[in-house]
Amino acid sequence: MTEDATIVEPGEERESFEELVKHTHSANELDTSAPPVLTVENLRMYFPIKTSLMRRTVGHVQAVDGVSFVVPKGGALGLVGESGCGKSTTGQLITRLYKPTGGSMTFEGHDLASISNREMKPLRRDVQMIFQDPYSSLNPRHTVGSIVGAPLRVHDVVPKNKTLSRVQELLEVVGLNPEHYNRYPNEFSGGQRQRIGIARALALQPKLMVADEPVSALDVSIQAQVINLLQDLQREFDIAFLFIAHDLAVVRHFCPEVAVMYLGKIVEIGDRESIYANAHHPYTQALLSAVPDVKQAATGGRRERIRLTGDVPSPIDPPSGCRFRTRCPIAQEICARHEPPLLQIGKRHKVACHFPGRLGEHPREPLTARLLGVDASGQPDPGASPATDLVEQPGYADTWFDLDGKTIGRA
Amino acid sequence: MSTAPTSGDPYLVVDDLTVRFPTADGLVQAVTGLSYQVELGKTLGIVGESGSGKSVSSMAVLGLHDRRSAQISGSIKVAGTEVVGLSEGRMRELRGNAVAMIFQDALASLHPFYKIGAQLAEAYRTHHPKATKKEARSRALEMLERVGIPQPDKRIDQYPHQFSGGMRQRAMIAMGLINDPSLLIADEPTTALDVTVQAQILDLLQDLQQEFNSAIIIITHDLGVVAEMADDVLVMYAGRAVEYGSAKEVLTRPEMPYTWGLLSSVPDVAADTNARMIPIPGAPPSLLDPPSGCPFHPRCAHREKVPGDLCRTELPELLPAVHGEGHLKRCHLADPEAVFAAEVLPEIAPEMVEEKR
Repeated sequence: MTEDATIVEPGEERESFEELVKHTHSANELDTSAPPVLTVENLRMYFPIKTSLMRRTVGHVQAVDGVSFVVPKGGALGLVGESGCGKSTTGQLITRLYKPTGGSMTFEGHDLASISNREMKPLRRDVQMIFQDPYSSLNPRHTVGSIVGAPLRVHDVVPKNKTLSRVQELLEVVGLNPEHYNRYPNEFSGGQRQRIGIARALALQPKLMVADEPVSALDVSIQAQVINLLQDLQREFDIAFLFIAHDLAVVRHFCPEVAVMYLGKIVEIGDRESIYANAHHPYTQALLSAVPDVKQAATGGRRERIRLTGDVPSPIDPPSGCRFRTRCPIAQEICARHEPPLLQIGKRHKVACHFPGRLGEHPREPLTARLLGVDASGQPDPGASPATDLVEQPGYADTWFDLDGKTIGRA
Repeated sequence: MSTAPTSGDPYLVVDDLTVRFPTADGLVQAVTGLSYQVELGKTLGIVGESGSGKSVSSMAVLGLHDRRSAQISGSIKVAGTEVVGLSEGRMRELRGNAVAMIFQDALASLHPFYKIGAQLAEAYRTHHPKATKKEARSRALEMLERVGIPQPDKRIDQYPHQFSGGMRQRAMIAMGLINDPSLLIADEPTTALDVTVQAQILDLLQDLQQEFNSAIIIITHDLGVVAEMADDVLVMYAGRAVEYGSAKEVLTRPEMPYTWGLLSSVPDVAADTNARMIPIPGAPPSLLDPPSGCPFHPRCAHREKVPGDLCRTELPELLPAVHGEGHLKRCHLADPEAVFAAEVLPEIAPEMVEEKR
């Protein structure tokens, strides 16, 4: 039904394994000198909960609650976390599918959070989105040509008689047969549909792409095709990606920088090495240890892992203090009383925990107590002087608190 | 992994199973000539892409295909009882009792109108007609507690929509295990779940297996899950077994290019960052008109290493692999081990090549 012998998939012409390898990429690398294309500061989104009869607001779902990060030009930042942690909402805020409750999102000198929809329209050309489900994100009654051409028509970027040739160009770029512009989405397989969605996002040559779980609906063998295509496009057109996914291994491959979210907050953010090899937050450590590993086949049996009990609490009424404390294996009294600030502990590594440390090396005393002006159990300490500059900043400072040497590190 | 003694003979034996569905477009050859077996206390992992016949073959074990339309041949023996052609009445005695299944989508598999407790009790009373309602309810409560649902006495009177995804999956497992089945078929039991919840569910399955010494078939596309859970692995492509053997052999010394492709198209959280994600080109074939010869040949990147046109014209037999006892593969390649070590491994796991030197 969906397969057609004439549809050209990449590699339809016989390719040897070496040629196949040449078309693939190893993990993306971090370019620390790239200027930021998007700077998000203290972004918040509260959805009101209304009663059914009087439409009175009785509470708020704190989907995103004070998130700050930077996406470098042509780079990729990964957002990971369990379902309900607010990673998709963050993506939808950046594409302004929602207007945020608070905070700022600076993109090329404009604050996307505060401008009107009318002012937003020209900027939508530069910020595009790839959706998770290639079945529901394409209109079944429109041809592929009309779907991919829609952004070109809306933004009036090419003359009407040139639209078709531009659409065919785009189809070719994403590895589809350009002759198929007059087919309908149902004539394509899942992987091909995702390519159509990518062609549509690419049509306006965006500078930033928000990819919300772009491969999780696809078969394993097709996932790698789409990831390699995204890497091709990123290199060719210098597109920055905000890559939202729950698959930690795919994120590791695609994103040189990763932010881990839990209940609407970033709990740890850093470059690939800091997060995957040197995680200091117990949640990040638990997430990483839960990923099943193919290499385990050599020894058999399960990997040692940190057991997290229970489910993610409701974002309507999040736990006091640290939001992770209800499931945290190392939580203490202070965790219920104070929210841990996002501390920079490495050149490109920040963590929000009172007891940050490598697995099994978490300190006994809270490191943050003095900064917050409290004693070890979280009670106010009259002798301490709390730090005043604990507001989360996007990006990284030149100095940080080095945990190993208990000194201030410098870049 | 599990050390419980087995009673010798395998509990489930599938032999030369073929399942075909006539459709308006022609005959869909969903499963062709499939054979495998599972012993008590052991876990078999079945991997493959969507449409490779992994779910169809396990649904045949439970007799879930429409008898009027599905054409099933071959043999499926559950504890010595032939299931193919078994009457619906006898099948019902087996289903949910000796053999149970856990489905992927727990929300769609639980009835939205009935309370969790009532659904569990029904499963129990169907196979224990003498049990009273009270007994069934206490058994349901016991199972909910066993699978780790907090406050089971409160949860038993709730509806499926009041449960979170991980808890629904637990409730499904509780329902599957309520009659102490000897064979549990888990069809993508953790695909829709977060990694932390997935790990909890996998732990639970392993604990229960050790406790009840049941045989488990786990159907998944996640090779990591297979590596951690399964004793044996069956790789399926286009309705056929293409590689079969112990998990260690199949995942560390695979000899079939499709298995290589599966391994190379998923990145690893601990891999070298120089490792590449090498996709399998193209898309899975239509089972209405499967390719001639080896079903994988249109997507195979190693076809030119086989002399002549063998891959296109002749279906390779499922033969013993070069390495490993009981390791079978369906491929024409003369020396697959050398190709894997020389070409594939350096690209997908450069650090492992260095270790070997």
